[in-house]
Amino acid sequence: MMPDLGKYATEVLSAYGVTLLLILALVLLTLRQSARTRRALRQVEAAHQAKANGLTAKTKPRNKETPQDG
Amino acid sequence: MSLWEYANPRKFMALSGAVLPFAAAGTAIALVVGLAWGFFFTPEDYRQGSTVKIIYIHVPSAMVAINCWLMMLVASLVWLIRRHHVSALAAKAAAPIGATMTVIALATGAIWGQPMWGTWWAWDPRLTSFLVLFLFYLGYMALWAAVDNPDTAAELTSVLCIVGSVFAVLSRYALVFWNQGLHQGASLSLDKEENVADVFYWPLLIAIAGFVGLFVTLLLVRTRTEVRARRLQALMARERMG
Repeated sequence: MMPDLGKYATEVLSAYGVTLLLILALVLLTLRQSARTRRALRQVEAAHQAKANGLTAKTKPRNKETPQDG
Repeated sequence: MSLWEYANPRKFMALSGAVLPFAAAGTAIALVVGLAWGFFFTPEDYRQGSTVKIIYIHVPSAMVAINCWLMMLVASLVWLIRRHHVSALAAKAAAPIGATMTVIALATGAIWGQPMWGTWWAWDPRLTSFLVLFLFYLGYMALWAAVDNPDTAAELTSVLCIVGSVFAVLSRYALVFWNQGLHQGASLSLDKEENVADVFYWPLLIAIAGFVGLFVTLLLVRTRTEVRARRLQALMARERMG
């Protein structure tokens, strides 16, 4: 299966090796960075949503009660 | 429907999310077919021997390295003229891909050059302008990292990108401008007479498609990450302000 690369085998294999290594590193770093950012954003959005819901819960009863009180 | 609609982060995220799986699958197929065909099933060149197989990684990576900078130039101009954040973030996201492709082109070129020219490196116009392009990539990424305000960083890096475009064009056309040096002319041309032999041409074309696909796929993933990071910063800033 492996082609006969003759006297230039080292050059050809090292060129392909360097290329695959660099591409693999770039892909892995890209995916890791993407996953980290997505996770962090999800956490902050959840906290933000919870805070917003808490505020709504606090303000809603007062709004409902106001007409009755009046 | 206007193209500018996709400058809206929400629309960009929806479209890019739908396109990504197809881009990734097409890239994987083209890369495997192009590189396997070129490496395993093409003959040796009568003068260069088996080193001709380096063409399937050297030429595509060099093409992507140069055209990535030109894509960054267009995105930077869009930012400067129309102030669309997604375009500035796309330029930022593209830089590490372009830098990696430049390193691949420089490394494989040196490895190929040693047995063919008898030297790893020569201060040839094309090689030199390519090295300067790599330094511009490093400078561009360093500038993004050094400036805290993202809008200011986008403006400064856009100007740097415009300046660096000279070297992107030079690295592509250095041979035409100076007509000297060790590096050969273009491997692919619209003129069929100037192309490499057919037996090398088709796998090379597919490998180029694979590298372009890899660039597009990584660019989409990285730009989506940048859009998310920007939203994250905005939410955290809002929290800090109370």
